Amino acid sequence: MTIRFVLMVNKQGQTRLAQYYEYLTLEERRALEGEIVRKCLARTEQQCSFVEHRNYKVVYRRYASLFFLVGVDNDENELAILEFIHLLVETMDRHFGNVCELDIMFHLEKAHFMLEEMVMNGCIVETSKSNILTPIQLMEKSS
Amino acid sequence: MGSQGGFGQSKEFLDLVKSIGESRSKSEEDRIVLSEIETLRRRLSDPDVPKRKIKEYIVRLVYVEMLGHDASFGHIYAVKMTHDDNLLSKRTGYLAVTLFLNEDHDLIILIVNTIQKDLRSDNYLVVCVALNAVCRLINEETIPAVLPQVVELLGHPKEAVRKKAIMALHRFYQKSPSTVSHLVSNFRKKLCDNDPGVMGATLCPLFDLVTTDVNSYKDLVISFVSILKQVAEHRLPKTYDYHQMPAPFIQIKLLKILALLGSGDKQASEKMYTVVGDIFRKCDTTSNIGNAVLYECICCVSCIYPNTKLLEAAAESIAKFLKSDSHNLKYMGIDALGRLIKINLDIAEQHQLAVIDCLEDPDDTLKRKTFELLYKMTKSSNVEVIVDRMIDYMISINDNHYKTEIASRCVELAEQFAPSNQWFIQTMNRVFEHAGDLVNIKVVHNLMRLIAEGFGEDDETADSQLRSSAVESYLRIMSDPKLPSVFLQVICWVLGEYGTADGKYSTSYISGKLCDVAEAYSSDETVKEYAITALMKLHAFEMAAGRKIDMLPECQSLIEELSASHSTELQQRAYELQSLVSLDRRAVESVMPSDASCEDIEVDKELSFLDKHIQEAIERGAQPYIPESERSGSLNISNLSIRDQPEVSTQGLRFEAYELPKPVMQPKPSIPQASSTELVPVPESSYSRESTYAVPVPTVSSSASGSTELKLRLDGVQKKWGRPVYVSSSTPDVPSQNSENGVSRNDVSSILTSRPQPSLDYRKPPVEISSEKQRLAASLFGASSKTEQRTTSTHKAVKSTGQAAEKTQVAKPIDPSTPKAAPVQPPPDLLDLGDPITTSSAPEVDPFKQLDGLLDQSEHASVLSHTVDSSAKLPDIMSLYSGMPSGQTSGTVGSISVNGGHLISPSEVGGTLAPVGTSGPVQFSKGPNLKDALSKDARLSQMGVTPMSQNPNLFKDLLG
Repeated sequence: MTIRFVLMVNKQGQTRLAQYYEYLTLEERRALEGEIVRKCLARTEQQCSFVEHRNYKVVYRRYASLFFLVGVDNDENELAILEFIHLLVETMDRHFGNVCELDIMFHLEKAHFMLEEMVMNGCIVETSKSNILTPIQLMEKSS
Repeated sequence: MGSQGGFGQSKEFLDLVKSIGESRSKSEEDRIVLSEIETLRRRLSDPDVPKRKIKEYIVRLVYVEMLGHDASFGHIYAVKMTHDDNLLSKRTGYLAVTLFLNEDHDLIILIVNTIQKDLRSDNYLVVCVALNAVCRLINEETIPAVLPQVVELLGHPKEAVRKKAIMALHRFYQKSPSTVSHLVSNFRKKLCDNDPGVMGATLCPLFDLVTTDVNSYKDLVISFVSILKQVAEHRLPKTYDYHQMPAPFIQIKLLKILALLGSGDKQASEKMYTVVGDIFRKCDTTSNIGNAVLYECICCVSCIYPNTKLLEAAAESIAKFLKSDSHNLKYMGIDALGRLIKINLDIAEQHQLAVIDCLEDPDDTLKRKTFELLYKMTKSSNVEVIVDRMIDYMISINDNHYKTEIASRCVELAEQFAPSNQWFIQTMNRVFEHAGDLVNIKVVHNLMRLIAEGFGEDDETADSQLRSSAVESYLRIMSDPKLPSVFLQVICWVLGEYGTADGKYSTSYISGKLCDVAEAYSSDETVKEYAITALMKLHAFEMAAGRKIDMLPECQSLIEELSASHSTELQQRAYELQSLVSLDRRAVESVMPSDASCEDIEVDKELSFLDKHIQEAIERGAQPYIPESERSGSLNISNLSIRDQPEVSTQGLRFEAYELPKPVMQPKPSIPQASSTELVPVPESSYSRESTYAVPVPTVSSSASGSTELKLRLDGVQKKWGRPVYVSSSTPDVPSQNSENGVSRNDVSSILTSRPQPSLDYRKPPVEISSEKQRLAASLFGASSKTEQRTTSTHKAVKSTGQAAEKTQVAKPIDPSTPKAAPVQPPPDLLDLGDPITTSSAPEVDPFKQLDGLLDQSEHASVLSHTVDSSAKLPDIMSLYSGMPSGQTSGTVGSISVNGGHLISPSEVGGTLAPVGTSGPVQFSKGPNLKDALSKDARLSQMGVTPMSQNPNLFKDLLG
């Protein structure tokens, strides 16, 4: 039941968002991101959306220029994670309206907040879009 | 649009993001970030930074670390910002701290106080934010500081708070189960929370709890089943729906829990059958999420006590998965098949061709999954084909992590199922040759022992055949350059023991070979040690046989060289060899008996051969020896440590620490009140003490019996190599699941042997299928009485897709932006013109064109060239999007790479959402956001955010 990390990386291999649910040092993160992104970018669209990397399984999905990569434990339901990614994108889309890479770049902290609402301790805890977005919208209003 | 004031950030921030977005290489990005670090360092050290600015600086720090640079100078400012009154700033502060620091960092202690204060806040949003931070920042030592407040918040009127409080408790449980063991009952209670969100979150800790202790939660089966039933019947609020599925993520979690609870428990499983069956029926097999739930159902069904109907449903779903064109579904199908064959081996036979297709697929992920399946279904009839393929694949890959895994699997299978000596030796040779340095050293020793001991049946001829075939193959191989060290060790040892045993090769021939090895691998001391010992044995056998030895000159020079070696071990062996040669025949025979590697060496522990000597000494007036324990005046410390029996230990002091109470060890099953046990630790500790003393006895005896078995004989099942003991003990690299597999495989093979193989059916696969595949299928799956359902034509179609994919991969394996070579089945593309939805939006083209004026000239030009490039194929669409700042200059179909391009892209304008490369159906439609999109685009281009064009330099950086 554990998500180890969520990454958003663009086609050029530049990290746009990174959230780790276990602590890795900066160097470890850098190395991991480099290796995984290289692996995923090299794959064609007909191939599986899953890649094994060391002891992780990486489930990835591409939206226009942006790749969403989620590292999970070996006994995780890959298809469900694939749909989790889509749920995340739908949620961001509802908030930003036609979400694009720049939205995430300009509102990095908000993208993180959404992820915080959806995933805690590496588990998916909330899947209702309104429950995810309400606290964020309330917070924006109050400040 | 939702992001109101979206671009209200400072110009500086916008510029930073813009320049990062536009950077063309990693080095350019690094330059930008490094100068940003300097700026931030300056700004932040300024004593009066305006408050509204600081949040932005912190986000910029997050960028710095995200892009791989150290921003530790700014961590303290993030910590400070958690004190901020403004909620947004506070949350950003907490977020930055969770991203920067791990929970054991020194600065965290500064935050605990803030968290405590925030947990008491009247504003529930503040409480939520603090609880988020609790989950990330509280470590084992600081748990007590917040625990009472978190427990209190479990009863908070706001469901969002209750949900996060549960997760905080879950975190504490993960960190240190003992600190919250008295609070575990809260998880049970919250399962019945009115709010589905709280209930859904509670499933996470419950899953963990059930995993560690199934029996205590059997009483919850009914609750889980009824919740699952309600969820499946669409009783949860609509907002939990995802693509028309009712709360699929909650369903999946429940199914996972039920699988654990029903495993091997008929009674519990029976309660689940109806609801799982219902879900099977209701699942929408056309959507990804429906299939995800289906897959989880299959996992559940294969875990719980078998039910024929459910197994049929599972088999049916697997068939659908495997026949799908989507690689993702095939992957899930193969995985599910691997789970189901534990119960029913026949099901694999039904899908043999699909499995072979997956095995031959160019997609590595799919291939590996298929190998995993094959590993699970290996038996003596198909071991040759499977191991052969595994080794071929092993040779072809570079990934050492996986290479190690697959090598140890090959060894394991070969030992268990090898059909002949020759094959076994050859297989091991190939594995060692290509992955020798990766396999466990125990595997090597095991191989030597197997060659020495043979079958374990009293069949001497078979044993010596095994040995001479080993010798022969090694003599052939050993001249190859660059053999792995461990393999050479095996070779040297076997040649020393058995090189001359069958009289085929002369001592001088083999010693010459051994000297060559020692010379060629002169930097490897272990190999040299093995080689010199082998030389010693060869010469000893020669002398024992009464022949005169004349040592080869190269051998002599080797001995001379080694006797001056820096390694004392090598020196000793060299001198031993020298002195052995000078001994007489009888002495040599007893020092180095031939083929005695399996004989037990008798050790006289009593040292009885000294008796005479002692007797003489005593007669001469020496003091007799008094055992230490009988000497008066000496402290009985050794006694204490020896007699560590429970009864005895009460007499003396106990030096070891008291055991921790172990509530899990409680003999009482399934009694929820854990708190009562907490209060009465005494009987419990005595219980656990008893148990710790009771446990060693059986293990000791079993290991003893195991070890005698090791030495004496190997008579297991016929043609079974090695012993199961080895499998479990010596392959720590293999995931723990393996032991389970091993067990199941044994079961399977025993079933198989008891069942007479219908050898007539063996070569009777369906008529239409290519003979090569048939052969492979037959060899893999054995009796294929059931014919594959698929017709040849569909089969071929699938195959050709695979080949097409392979071709494109070969042609341009790295650059993902290469245009696709017209695959047989194009996935729904963003720019797919054929899409009816897009064409329907054609009338709306005009506003885009109006926007053209906003774009600067160069961009326009690039768009134009784009249009020209792809005009042959996509004339209309490109004009449609000419208004978008598209950086895509090559004709890549289906990807808009631009900053300003929408994630859920062009087709979204028409109202649908079509992710790239997924064959899932169109997901949902919402009102056209055209206006928003347009105004945003306009704004982006006004801001001067120009699109990134393709960035070849960066690829060079990334891909070397």
